[in-house]
Amino acid sequence: MLIPVAYYVQEMTVRLGAVTKRGHAEAIFESFGAFWGWFSLLDLMIVDWLTLVTEFVGMTAALSIFGVPAWLTVILVVLLMSIIVLNGRYWTWEKIALGFCLLNLIYIPAAFMVNPSLSEITSQGLIPNLPGGLNNELFFLLMANIGTTIAPWMLFFQQSSVVDKGLQEKDIKMGKIDTFIGAIITVAIAIFIVIVTGTLLNGAPIDDAATAAKLLMKTNHYVGAFMAVGLFDAGLLGAICISLASSWAFGEIFGWAHSLNTKVKEAPWFYISFFFTLATAGVVPLIPGAPLVLITLFVQVVAVTLLPAALVFLILLLNDKKTMGEYANTRLQNIVSTLIVVSIIILSTMYGVSALFPNLFQ
Amino acid sequence: MRTINQFFSKIREINQRYAKPTVEMSRGVKFSLAVLRIYLFLLVLLMIYKFITVIKVL
Repeated sequence: MLIPVAYYVQEMTVRLGAVTKRGHAEAIFESFGAFWGWFSLLDLMIVDWLTLVTEFVGMTAALSIFGVPAWLTVILVVLLMSIIVLNGRYWTWEKIALGFCLLNLIYIPAAFMVNPSLSEITSQGLIPNLPGGLNNELFFLLMANIGTTIAPWMLFFQQSSVVDKGLQEKDIKMGKIDTFIGAIITVAIAIFIVIVTGTLLNGAPIDDAATAAKLLMKTNHYVGAFMAVGLFDAGLLGAICISLASSWAFGEIFGWAHSLNTKVKEAPWFYISFFFTLATAGVVPLIPGAPLVLITLFVQVVAVTLLPAALVFLILLLNDKKTMGEYANTRLQNIVSTLIVVSIIILSTMYGVSALFPNLFQ
Repeated sequence: MRTINQFFSKIREINQRYAKPTVEMSRGVKFSLAVLRIYLFLLVLLMIYKFITVIKVL
């Protein structure tokens, strides 16, 4: 079910970026005024930074499996991202990012190596079942899962990258295919991750991602290593995209040069904000005793809760026929995107109600 | 001090630049958007409260 959610939402940003040639932040400011623009920008800034923290949590946990201390991971990540981002060409950056995306396929052989039970995958995975019934934990996990697939920052990132890439209206069809393939691969990889962890860690007490990967290493050394590599890779990709989303958005509004096609001297504030966000987020996993898994889950849930507000603006923008012309939303697209908004609001509400009245759904 | 003044004058410039929205929203839509934002904000506050209570238990 996450495939259509990811596709419909991201496809709208591709169309919007290709037609307006503006980033999402600028589109909101121009279309809805400064008040709603600042609201969205501050939303983005907070959620981006929090989500970036979770990416560093994943990366430090992953490399801790191989004995790399967290502080060293943070330094290495910042250095690696400097190399990737500072080459001065959007297309080079995208090719490198796609290379890291391919590395995520490592979860697929890992899933086969654990010899999962096909009947269990079918009965537990494909057929919906709620072992504990409707409760606070279930709503929390559902929202956290949605949050890993679609989040407010993705709208800003995708649209700004479409503009930086120079996509035109004639490229929209290819953009849609690109987005569709991406949505399928994203969810497919998530399924393989669930298969591995569900098969090997079912019922095991997991306090953090490092514990999970260490347990996997004990069960199957190669699977554990693959999971750790995949975890680090996913965190790195997320970190690259999230920090760029913020920098692009601020650049659009503050009028700074804000393109990956520029060098540092040409766009100093763009790169300064990029590295400032990275460095400050990287510090959080280094705090001793911080409940990192809990932070990760809560951040995803908060991001999903705030998503409807961002989606409503997106839908309104895509229905502006004066700007979008023939590329405005069709009735089907409006129905699907409205359903997504309503579903998330209902889920967030159910979580909120179950948090206040835990016994209500039992 | 000068940097702070420059920053605030930039904010004012941005506010002036985007003072007139290009998309006309009816009063109903604006009201609904405001209600939605407040509602989601309250949900987030509830989540933060839940987060803090869980941390205290740990």
